[in-house]
Amino acid sequence: MSVDLRDPARPPGAGQTWVQVCSYTDLLPERGACVLVGSLQIALFRTFEGRLHAIGNRDPFSGAYVLARGIVGTRGEEPTVASPMHQQAFSLVTGECLDDPAVAVPVYPVRVADGVVEVGVA
Amino acid sequence: MNAANGSTGSGKRVVVAGYGPAAHRLAETLRGRGFAGPITMLGEEPRSAYDRVALTSYLDGKTAEDLTYPVPAGITPRLGARVTGIDRQARLVTTEDGHAEPYDVLVLATGSSAFVPPVPGRDLPGCFVYRTIDDLDAIREAARGASSGIVVGGGLLGLEAAEALRGLGLATHVVEMGPWLMPRQVDEGGGVVLRRHIEALGLSVHTGAGVAEIQPGPDGRVARLVKPDGEAVEAQIVVFSAGVRPRDELARRAGLAVGERGGVVVDEGMRTGDPSIYAIGECALAAGTVYGLAGPCFTQAEVAADRIMGGTASFTGADVSTKLKLLGVDVASFGSLDGGLDVTFMDPVGGVYKKLFVSDDARTLLGGICVGDAEPYAALRPLVGRELPASPTELLFAGTAAISADLPDDAQVCSCNNVTTGRVRQAIAEEGLTDVQGVKRCTRAGTTCGSCVPMLRQILVSSGVDVGKAMCEHFPHSRAELYDIVRVRGITTFSQLVAEHGTGRGCGVCKPAVASILASLGGGHILDGEQAALQDTNDHFLANIQRNGTYSVVPRIPGGEITPEKLIVIGEVARDFGLYTKITGGQRIDLLGARVEQLPAIWKRLVDAGFESGHAYGKALRTVKSCVGSTWCRYGVQDSVGLAIALELRYRGLRSPHKLKSAVSGCARECAEARSKDFGVIATEQGWNLYVGGNGGFKPRHADLLAADVPTGELIRIIDRFLMFYIRTADRLQRTAAWVESLDGGLDYLREVIVEDSLGICAELEDQMERHAAYYADEWRATIEDPDKLRRFVSFVNAPGVPDPSISFETERDQIKPVLIPLEVTRS
Repeated sequence: MSVDLRDPARPPGAGQTWVQVCSYTDLLPERGACVLVGSLQIALFRTFEGRLHAIGNRDPFSGAYVLARGIVGTRGEEPTVASPMHQQAFSLVTGECLDDPAVAVPVYPVRVADGVVEVGVA
Repeated sequence: MNAANGSTGSGKRVVVAGYGPAAHRLAETLRGRGFAGPITMLGEEPRSAYDRVALTSYLDGKTAEDLTYPVPAGITPRLGARVTGIDRQARLVTTEDGHAEPYDVLVLATGSSAFVPPVPGRDLPGCFVYRTIDDLDAIREAARGASSGIVVGGGLLGLEAAEALRGLGLATHVVEMGPWLMPRQVDEGGGVVLRRHIEALGLSVHTGAGVAEIQPGPDGRVARLVKPDGEAVEAQIVVFSAGVRPRDELARRAGLAVGERGGVVVDEGMRTGDPSIYAIGECALAAGTVYGLAGPCFTQAEVAADRIMGGTASFTGADVSTKLKLLGVDVASFGSLDGGLDVTFMDPVGGVYKKLFVSDDARTLLGGICVGDAEPYAALRPLVGRELPASPTELLFAGTAAISADLPDDAQVCSCNNVTTGRVRQAIAEEGLTDVQGVKRCTRAGTTCGSCVPMLRQILVSSGVDVGKAMCEHFPHSRAELYDIVRVRGITTFSQLVAEHGTGRGCGVCKPAVASILASLGGGHILDGEQAALQDTNDHFLANIQRNGTYSVVPRIPGGEITPEKLIVIGEVARDFGLYTKITGGQRIDLLGARVEQLPAIWKRLVDAGFESGHAYGKALRTVKSCVGSTWCRYGVQDSVGLAIALELRYRGLRSPHKLKSAVSGCARECAEARSKDFGVIATEQGWNLYVGGNGGFKPRHADLLAADVPTGELIRIIDRFLMFYIRTADRLQRTAAWVESLDGGLDYLREVIVEDSLGICAELEDQMERHAAYYADEWRATIEDPDKLRRFVSFVNAPGVPDPSISFETERDQIKPVLIPLEVTRS
């Protein structure tokens, strides 16, 4: 299987810098892990296909910083994580809550360079 | 925003005069299709659009908020702002409060007002109309001092108002000018049956009766209504519900064409004579008709939205079929109510009247009327104008259950939202829909009046979807079916199961369920290999997540028996790690407030002292509680502690559809509360009584006696079978209480299977439990001995030693307590 680890849909934004956070192999397939970038908590996810996604770790429904510990899956074509608190599903691509469109978490650009995962932060 | 992008209508300023359901649908459609320009809603009422179809439910305890539609993102509602003028030259509308709003596109969605016949006394205090939440508030207020009320108008809205008055405790009269009730929807036969239903509820019906005058009492308020024949009906409240009139006065004053009987004249694109002005909903005269039903008005809103965005959609008339429940009576009509032949089914005793209109050759369905039983409506309405699938007599007598699934693709299944059967089938196929919820979301079918929902379910079934059992969108199977698939085919991974029997990559519903199935079929450590990714956060960290993201630690204390040395270890661990401690209801000790990275060190100390996982985090056996039993208690007849420990050690670690709790009481005094448990044992002089299916929790249930006076060996064999049979056949998250109740044949059937071995599976069930007990290993010991598994226990992979800064504690009663993080999302 050929896997494109760089997500072409998400170029680094203007004024953003790439920060190295961990090794790609630190991430387990279909599981999240949290990284601390400055005071930001960013939840990283590695999907079954090997693609990476980065969203805010804070669950907006409970206020707890736990989204990295949710179950990764899909809804239709959309890769998702379910909040471990009350199971609301969030899109890993847009950060939107698929069960409550009024709610969203931030998304961050993420890429792999030489086996090192980098996230784009302002 | 990119103003050059014409296809999204950017730059056009849309102003909507009126903010009711049609206006809401317009704004929602525009935004949903990517319209980027500003949208301003000018609403007369002090609240944003709400569901008028459900208005009567407001008096039944629903709040205004319950009925209110969510405001679509990016629209500007101005409430309490009645539009008073349109300046077509300057493209400005002015509102009552003196504000002027410029527009590029103006949509008139001013709705209708109740028609009040010009009778003397119509303006007396105590006279009302039935249109808005404010009207209902006023009626409710007036009803406090009243004993009886009259509704003028026996049509659809009138009967709704009558239902409301009756609900407010008033003796209720309905005065209808026509010769029978609901003359627009049903014929005389239907009207007679309807009247009987309504009179049986204690309402007084006056048909063929107008209003001559409404007379005041000495207090100047309504006292009675006088009919043209001179008869007077005493009442303190009169509600006019004799029809509505389009509110077209703005258009008239602006020089736009209006119909002879009212309504702003629009073309197929819902546009008035002024190309910048549209009219939709109950104020519009579209295709020669002013439509008052939600469905056609929504379609008009969607057509106008499409045109505003440069589309070519058109509105050429709509189905005015109706189905509703008024005063508990089903009333439905569809298609044409005359012509050709008609076949009538009438059951005056049961209060049922059904009539079908068919073509002269009795093959084509033209229309129908149902009163008292609307069962044929959903299936037959889409067949109007088509060949009947059976003779009219068969359809009326035998029902329509068999025919619905074969509807042609162009048959309309949801008339409220104009959705065809083909569209539903297409959505099911293309979006992989597995439930009615998904169909509603993708097609809007069934989201307004809901009468087509049974049809949607049938279309799902006929499209090959098993709606009743599908666990989630990824598997069309129930948990029990998945269990059998995994067991019979020897599947060992989620990936294999979803590839061969499901779709996608799972979710928070199916993954833990499959993890549990794999574990109960002997899948090894739950964090081994791919299984780790299936576990929810509790099983993943072998601890229970708490509201601030910390975890709790519960070591197993079998039967609640513990040595002083072990008690001291628990105390020391709690003290050294700063944990909150509490005794649980299951006779063990909960240590709360542990951060993820503390869990391995905590458990290292506990395992070294001889503790093991208590599985408080798992859908698994929790505890077997016990009383002190015959060893110490002067009433005890058996050693309840000894048995509780034996049971807890036998079933520890057993993964199941939901948590399992148990207890053993040493005598009939039942101090261990065994009958509130999934399996509870109570000592007798001769042996043990086994009770199953008990529950505390949300819906308490006393356990049922499954076997009496059995010796210990036999008791354990029956529990083995009971638990394994439950694990095999229960639904996901179905406790034993609900499972026992769901069994066809109930407790007797359960006894046949697991005591009398009617299915011949008892030996297999016992073998399976034997294997479970033989291969049990403590999950926590295995975890702290495995560096790979330990690597997961960090708050941050890039800063393994750093504690989560969002977690903090304060002190309460000498222990820690989480400081909760403020929320910006409020949950209703």
